[in-house]
Amino acid sequence: MSELKLMKGNEALAEAIIRAGADAYFGYPITPQSEVIEYLMSEKPFDRTGMVVLQAESELAAINMVYGAAGAGKKVMTSSSSPGISLKQEGISYIAGAELPCVYANVVRGGPGLGTIQPSQADYFQSIKGGGHGDYKQIVLAPASVQEMSDFVKDGFDLAFKYRIPVLILSDGVIGQMMEKVELFEPIPRLTEEEIKEKYPWATTGKKHGTERRIITSLYLDSNEMEQHNIKLQKKYKEISEKEVRFELIDCEDAEYVFVAYGSSARIAQKAVRLARAKGLKVGLFRLITLFPFPTKQIQEMCSKGMKGFLAVEMSAGQMVEDVLLAVKGCSKVEHFGRYGGIVHTPEEVLEAMEQKIIGG
Amino acid sequence: MAEITLEDIIKPENRVYVKTELMTDNVLSYCPGCGHGTAHRIAMEVIDELGLEENTIGVAPVGCSVLAYEFMNIDMQQAAHGRAPAVATAIKRVWPNKIVFTYQGDGDLAAIGTNETIHACNRGENIVIIFINNGIYGMTGGQMAPTTLPGMKSSTSPFGRDVATMGNPLKITELVAQLPGTHFVTRQSVHTPGNVRKAKRAIKKAFENQRDGKPGVSFIEVVSNCNSGWKMTPRDSNIWMEENMFPFYPLGDIKVDGKLV
Repeated sequence: MSELKLMKGNEALAEAIIRAGADAYFGYPITPQSEVIEYLMSEKPFDRTGMVVLQAESELAAINMVYGAAGAGKKVMTSSSSPGISLKQEGISYIAGAELPCVYANVVRGGPGLGTIQPSQADYFQSIKGGGHGDYKQIVLAPASVQEMSDFVKDGFDLAFKYRIPVLILSDGVIGQMMEKVELFEPIPRLTEEEIKEKYPWATTGKKHGTERRIITSLYLDSNEMEQHNIKLQKKYKEISEKEVRFELIDCEDAEYVFVAYGSSARIAQKAVRLARAKGLKVGLFRLITLFPFPTKQIQEMCSKGMKGFLAVEMSAGQMVEDVLLAVKGCSKVEHFGRYGGIVHTPEEVLEAMEQKIIGG
Repeated sequence: MAEITLEDIIKPENRVYVKTELMTDNVLSYCPGCGHGTAHRIAMEVIDELGLEENTIGVAPVGCSVLAYEFMNIDMQQAAHGRAPAVATAIKRVWPNKIVFTYQGDGDLAAIGTNETIHACNRGENIVIIFINNGIYGMTGGQMAPTTLPGMKSSTSPFGRDVATMGNPLKITELVAQLPGTHFVTRQSVHTPGNVRKAKRAIKKAFENQRDGKPGVSFIEVVSNCNSGWKMTPRDSNIWMEENMFPFYPLGDIKVDGKLV
């Protein structure tokens, strides 16, 4: 049964992992997302649903455990924060290369290096432009509420298995730590061994005598085979780009200027829209929900319909703004505003930037 | 007396050796003289003889045996360098009724993957670890390994391993035997028919331990040769192994049924 609760973003994510019918979670503590594994250990899903929860010896081990369980056809998750996610990149590249489904969350903190435990959105490049080695993509969902921390776990698993791809829930310290009302979705039962064997014939479940063995690998020593594998991956990414773009438009119908933002910056920008409207300025918000696939076409359309300017608002020195620039292709004005290194911008600062850099600039 | 033809000789009842179906017909990528092929074969024979084919998942490492899944005719997952014990941990945890093993070389298990090895052994994961120790990085062309003997030459210790600057070889098998999570720890070799039989018995015991739910890791080190990396003929490499590797890495059981021998 769905249930209404007041929860922290990290707790809602953890509860959603159990409710999504996940078979396993492998994690390693790091601030500001340690509540995820703490919640799981105290909720004992091993008793509730039989789900495995294991605190690994490192983030490297945790992501490789995810690789193992995903290869075995299981619904598996991990989560971490920026420095830990950097450590996981090798494993994510292998998961993408071997075409395995998994969901993982990054509750982003400020960097570079050990940085700060305060919120940030400076891992956009790592999430969207690669992170690990090789030509690969992952689906990236950006929650802007505790509700979405929960919902995107369920959606993430659906997408991960539909495309056999890693799905990243790119959150940040604000969304992970804040408490909000959340409607928890109805629990989904875990799949049985028979169901897994039927639905995922590629998974390592033990080879039936006289049948072909299953091999989970990302190794193709023959360059022609490697190119074919890459072509297959690119085809999949193209299909995802065409079918899975998600975004939300707020006060955009009559807008002359828009904020482009995701996650906690989108919430701040939404408040800035209200402040702008109170001043009589025709400002809207284009909230990104999927960061890959990026709503390039939708932004282009806005541009061709005469949108006068876009302000990319993000808690970074300017990362997502590059994808806005690529979408706009010079047909309209694009600027960036953001505080970073653990500082969260205010709605007033955001509106002031819109007025100075775009409207008056 | 009629002449004996080839057809008479190759009759099934005359066969003294039949390749297990759990080895594929792919040509082994290992150098002639290398022990990997024998170690693969006896592992697959054990799985076959115990009737575990339909219930076993193997994990291949990075190193010479990165392509183990090309030769082992069972469900396999290739793992990132050193991470096989973590991958195997997860597979066993999500499929507790299946048999899971890793097959790893010394660079993979005792250098880049030391953390995963120690922690999987310390947690007492119910997996089998087959560890091939030939004292060198074979795949990348004969560089120094964590198990390279003092004074031993390799392409990154061309004047011999100087322990003062390059550190000592790591006896990881003795190390994991000290951990409460290991059930069976043994060191074997596959360079003579007698040793192959002993090694096969040890591997069989390891898989039986897991099948029977004995708690903890069963860990089999196979001290092997790398004639290419050691720059020797296969025969010389086996003699060198007996004279140099075995005194440092003595063969035999180290821990049986959870108790140090």
